[in-house]
Amino acid sequence: MRTPVAYFLLLSAILFSLGTASVLLRRNALRIFMGVELQLNAVNLTLVAFSRMHMELDGQILAFFSMVVAAAEVVVGLAIIVAVFRRTSTTDVDRASVLRG
Amino acid sequence: MIDLIGLTIAVPLVASGVNLLIGKRLGRRSGWIATAAMAVSFIVALGALLQMFSLPAEERTQVVTVAEWIRAGAAAVSLDLRVDPLSITMALVVTGVGSLIHLYAIGYMDHDERPGRFFGYMNLFCAFMLALVLANDFLLLYLGWEGVGLCSYLLIGFWSDRPDAARAAKKAFITTRIGDVLLMLGLFVMWVHFGSFDFDVVLGHEGSLPEIAAGTATAISLLLLGGAVGKSAQLPLHVWLPDAMAGPTPVSALIHAATMVTAGVYLVVRAHALFEISDVALAVVAVVGLAGALYGGFSSLGQYDMKRALAYSTMSQLGFMFLAAGLGFYPTAIALLVAHAFYKALLFLTSGNVMHGLHDEVDVRRLGGLRHDMPWTAALFGAGALALSGLPPFSGFFTKDVILDLASRDGATWAFVLGSLGAMVSAWYIARLYFTAFIGERRYEGSAHEASALMRTPLVVLAVGALFAGIGLELTPEGTLPMFLEPVLGHVVEGDAGPSTQVLMVLAVVVTLIGIGIAWRLYRPANQERWVSFPEREPGMAGVLAHGFYIDGLYAWIVANVGLRGAAALAWFDRTVVDGAVNGVGTLATRASGLAPIWQSGKVRRYALSFMAGGVALLLYAAVKI
Amino acid sequence: MPLDNVVFWVFAPLSVATAIGMIVVRNAVHAALFLVVNFFTIAVMYLLLDAPFLFAVQIVVYAGAIMVLFLFVIMLLGVDRGDAPGERLLGQRTTAVILAVAIVAELATAIRAGIGFTTRAPGGFDAVNPGGNPSALADVLFRDYFFPFEVTSILLIVAAVAAMVLALRRSKSLSQREIETHAGDDLEAYGLAAPGAPGTVGEPSR
Repeated sequence: MRTPVAYFLLLSAILFSLGTASVLLRRNALRIFMGVELQLNAVNLTLVAFSRMHMELDGQILAFFSMVVAAAEVVVGLAIIVAVFRRTSTTDVDRASVLRG
Repeated sequence: MIDLIGLTIAVPLVASGVNLLIGKRLGRRSGWIATAAMAVSFIVALGALLQMFSLPAEERTQVVTVAEWIRAGAAAVSLDLRVDPLSITMALVVTGVGSLIHLYAIGYMDHDERPGRFFGYMNLFCAFMLALVLANDFLLLYLGWEGVGLCSYLLIGFWSDRPDAARAAKKAFITTRIGDVLLMLGLFVMWVHFGSFDFDVVLGHEGSLPEIAAGTATAISLLLLGGAVGKSAQLPLHVWLPDAMAGPTPVSALIHAATMVTAGVYLVVRAHALFEISDVALAVVAVVGLAGALYGGFSSLGQYDMKRALAYSTMSQLGFMFLAAGLGFYPTAIALLVAHAFYKALLFLTSGNVMHGLHDEVDVRRLGGLRHDMPWTAALFGAGALALSGLPPFSGFFTKDVILDLASRDGATWAFVLGSLGAMVSAWYIARLYFTAFIGERRYEGSAHEASALMRTPLVVLAVGALFAGIGLELTPEGTLPMFLEPVLGHVVEGDAGPSTQVLMVLAVVVTLIGIGIAWRLYRPANQERWVSFPEREPGMAGVLAHGFYIDGLYAWIVANVGLRGAAALAWFDRTVVDGAVNGVGTLATRASGLAPIWQSGKVRRYALSFMAGGVALLLYAAVKI
Repeated sequence: MPLDNVVFWVFAPLSVATAIGMIVVRNAVHAALFLVVNFFTIAVMYLLLDAPFLFAVQIVVYAGAIMVLFLFVIMLLGVDRGDAPGERLLGQRTTAVILAVAIVAELATAIRAGIGFTTRAPGGFDAVNPGGNPSALADVLFRDYFFPFEVTSILLIVAAVAAMVLALRRSKSLSQREIETHAGDDLEAYGLAAPGAPGTVGEPSR
């Protein structure tokens, strides 16, 4: 494999910062959530890259667990978004600035 | 089975959890679950006893480690249970009498809406009580001690919609708490001196005496006695027990007659090595006991509420136990404890039958002639009364009168004379209850219905125990039970001062008969008008007896005059000085917090931005540092 | 230029481009589609890194299941109209962009300090994967990571239940009377009436 490991890490860093930017810039809760998913994927990429570099499978296992947890998180997160939308008829997080339902 | 002794605690604990969590779904079945749990517990204890018999006497003390509990540096506390003749005797009383009372309660609580909660608390109580008696160190003992106090509170106030029950529960909890604080202080002193709570360290191991100066031993012993006095309702912390009768009758029988109130006696007997080193502690125990025996007996005479009369009687009997312990007759104290568990549980449960059959009527002035409607109950109550009064050959004779006999021959004439007076009063008040409630003409409306077979069965077992425990277990000093307890409690030293045993026995029977005779003279059916109207004719005398010599009132006066004035002074200090300081701080914080909302906008993305900035700053710091 | 280098340089820019696309487009559905493409490119990266099993999982779980769920919710809520333009929070956009650039710079510095830009992974990764990557992974997963694996299964169940509880619409429970009153409504709507009621179609004509 000729591509330096650092390139993957750099790509991961860029994707992570783009995911973060999405979280910070978008107001739609669903878009924010997509940003979070992108961040998670970027970190997974790092894990797999290091797994390859250190010749160990544990990094891949960790990425695998991360995907499982992300799946669970998506399910609950989307359900919360749906529940909030039912109540307030909006997915704009700036509007949801009080804890009172 | 000795190794499995943890089950005796675990099974009721689990059953309690089941009943408290899903008791609503179980309905009436919860009572059977609770009873089965107690039966299993009893069988395990019985198995341990049988295994113990196969061991030589010096190997009968065994420590079973259930789990390591707390490990903090050198102070390791493991959850140890101690199986020795004393603890197994107590465990058998708790589980045996406990099982019977549980069985009875199934019938008694038949119409209650929350049997799950009731039996859950009852099982929980038994688990704590067993932890108390099976503990191998004072820490676990204290845990059980507080646990039974809590369950007592919950069960006295079980009918929490009745104001008197709620009040009585609070009173019981607070009064015993005074004793508990003393006990806790005793444990602190113990820890400072020994650095351990282990029985083997604190109380000496295999005949060796604990290493402690007499003064320290006195301090610890008296503080332990303070706890015992609170739990066992002795003077001056006895005021909660009569009121505690507001709870359901099985609770009175189990907690306030057979088991929890005897925990104080158990504590003194268990820690007798410490009491013996001190030169005054045992004398204090004996005096407290004797005073309680007389006080309880006379107060019982003034009660028209059957259960309150029995409560004062319990106090009196516990006084005899303390007297025995104070004079050094530990096996006899335990023998009386066992016998008392049988006959007092029986007496309470039969009065429960009366309440069950007559819509909670307990005033003897409105009872009378019950033996026609409730023959079983009358016979069973009579059996309990015979056992309590101390007529031979029933169990009271082999325990209470033996205590007086031993006291006399030990040269403690004062204890013998006053104790005999107490014994006479005991026969008097219990005969009074029988004569007023069960014979003569009916003074109640309608008809009383006899208890169901389910409720009678455990009572018959208890009655057999109450009548024949004296012969069967040979509760006399040379008998089976005291010899069984000998490895732990030592041998009862019989003195030879004063009159011989034969003379004293005759004297004891005569004293008892005098008591019964007085009762017959005063309360026989022909005299009904006289005793019913006694409070009107002699309001002073009747009031003194009925109100337990106005000690409650005395406490109320002390609290009202001294306590409340002190509290008022403290309240002033609190309002002006403490509150002033606190309010100043509060104002400062309020003003300062006016600045905070700039950050707390409620906008999630703002928070995320701060979060991110923090992350970037941390990374920057790491980069600079490298 | 070796083949894997070519693949990387084709898909890495695509990955960055789709990520940017996900941020900038207005329409939520379009953003989700961009994200799907992005997940595909990350899957390709896994392939390049000799992780074929994760490549498959990435496509099935992320690009498949999770993004479908996203699209489903977007359409269910009908929020694909896009955000209102403009930014209400003062300085949010500028600060966010600065921080995003800063974190890339910092991470690049860290990577350079840590492993350098030219370090290549050693060859012979097949030796770590006896019997192929999935079977080797299974070996590690069910031997060393068995307990965490079971824990995650519980987590998934809890999440599923939680989602049901959260998304359940609390309908007012009907009283028995209401049920009886409206029992025939459906039938009437179809020109039928409840059996037994007068004048029903079901009755034999006289």
